Amino acid sequence: MANAATMTGAPFSVRVRKFVVSKQFIRGAIAIFGFLALWQAGSMGLFPFMHAIPTPITVAATFWEFLVTAKYWQSCLDSTLRVMYGFVAAQLVGIPLGLGMGWNRNFKDFSYPLFELMRPIPPLAWVPVSILFWPTNETSIAFITFIGAFFTIVVNVLGGVSSIPRQLVDAAVSFGASPKQVFWRIVLPATIPSIVTGMMVGIGITWNVVIAAEMIAGNTGLGRLTWEAYLAGHTPGIIVGMISIGVAGYVSSMAVKVVGDWLMPWKKIF
Amino acid sequence: MNDVNLKLVQKDQAQEAAVCRAPDGALSIKEVGKIYDPEGVHVVALEDCSLEITAGEFVAIVGPSGCGKSTLLNIMAGFDNLTAGEILLDGEPLATLDTAPKPGPDRVVVFQHGALFPWKTVLENVTYGPVVQGVMSPEEANDRGREMLSRVGLNNIETSYPGQLSSGMQRRVEIIRALINNPKVLLLDEPFRAMDTVTKSASHQYLLELYNATGKTIFFITHDLEEAIFLADKVLVMTTRPGYIKQTLEVDLPRPRHYGMLASVEFIEMKSELVGAVHEEAVKAFEAGEREMA
Repeated sequence: MANAATMTGAPFSVRVRKFVVSKQFIRGAIAIFGFLALWQAGSMGLFPFMHAIPTPITVAATFWEFLVTAKYWQSCLDSTLRVMYGFVAAQLVGIPLGLGMGWNRNFKDFSYPLFELMRPIPPLAWVPVSILFWPTNETSIAFITFIGAFFTIVVNVLGGVSSIPRQLVDAAVSFGASPKQVFWRIVLPATIPSIVTGMMVGIGITWNVVIAAEMIAGNTGLGRLTWEAYLAGHTPGIIVGMISIGVAGYVSSMAVKVVGDWLMPWKKIF
Repeated sequence: MNDVNLKLVQKDQAQEAAVCRAPDGALSIKEVGKIYDPEGVHVVALEDCSLEITAGEFVAIVGPSGCGKSTLLNIMAGFDNLTAGEILLDGEPLATLDTAPKPGPDRVVVFQHGALFPWKTVLENVTYGPVVQGVMSPEEANDRGREMLSRVGLNNIETSYPGQLSSGMQRRVEIIRALINNPKVLLLDEPFRAMDTVTKSASHQYLLELYNATGKTIFFITHDLEEAIFLADKVLVMTTRPGYIKQTLEVDLPRPRHYGMLASVEFIEMKSELVGAVHEEAVKAFEAGEREMA
């Protein structure tokens, strides 16, 4: 992190060059290449139980075949949009709900038991009802990704509001803040770290459930590609789908982290 | 009243002590009682607790843990109600049986665990009170905040966040954030607890300078007997629950105080007197605790 601090302000190309030779980057790269090497050796016979798994080199060749098709890129785009719709909707509904439950005792008494009853239901279990309920397949798919992120964000926000140190609210009140000012100027900013944590976990879950969501319909989507490859018995295709979702999830998490740093300038320093 | 604060920043400290004594801030605590009764468990935190604090007096209160010092402070601050008696501030009712507790910027608290807003910069923290009350424009508040921060040696940290400061600096910021409201009374709830000796003694020095300069009434809770004697005009010993004021020790050390006084004969005599009184209560509290556990 000390590196990052000294690097801000330098041109982007310089920062990229410095990052690529940084210890952090090299360590991560060693782990990834080590994993690939072990996998290659395993599939080539080092681990007999892996005989059915294609080698990374085979997968890379298949990946290339996918990369040159328009369908692959369309799938990336479609899945990203579905994840984003569900994710953003989950924030828009979940953050106010969590704040409301944490701030208003009566509202929590009404909503919490219902919420806790629905929370354990897996996103996959929502698929049939979702198809029946929503008018189009796209809305059904977005709804499943919404379910994935929604409960996590609410639980995090609720926990965040409940754990605001009492003296912060007391201090604001004794300086003359009205209840409204306490909510917007104290409760909300004090909850931002929990909101960001909820977003970090939530974006991961939306990608986790994208296969379940895209089983519903459609010809595209990274989840759909993976599912079709499975139905066709095309193992390298499955792994290409898995890796694609992994990469997409990683990129999304990084984006959420950038948003989080922007929302919390007081935490960026550490 | 703004002039008073301006002067204290600009003028020499010794002069200010004479010029800027605040005319108000007298507290009258009359037979205050507080009974907590959650789910039928009857806990008497305060009973018949009476004391008089004159305007501009520095009062320290000591006593065993859980004796009700903080309860009394919370009632004065308006965070909690009382169940008997009343408290007057300059003759006006501050807390009574008939009124709901109401916090206000005339008696601000510096909290035990710190209550700076982590998401606000130092200057934003300091100016929060006057700006939210609308008594100063943000520009005025910024100017005043800068002046007051430089008073305690904090010139170049206004854009820092509290998390970047040492605990000693955080406390100074917090005391300035309280004083900028020009309160009648400053309520300090063990502000220097868990500080190392060096930071603590520096913090004492800053607090005493501010006290000499502003002449605010200060109500100071602590466990540290030396700290209490060194800072205060009057040290009150509170009994274990139910809490009331058992003993008052007048500290006649001259002001300004300096660390050499810690080794003086008077200081040591006062300390040993205080140790005896507090120890007795601590033993009682300990035995009561054992009975409760049994």
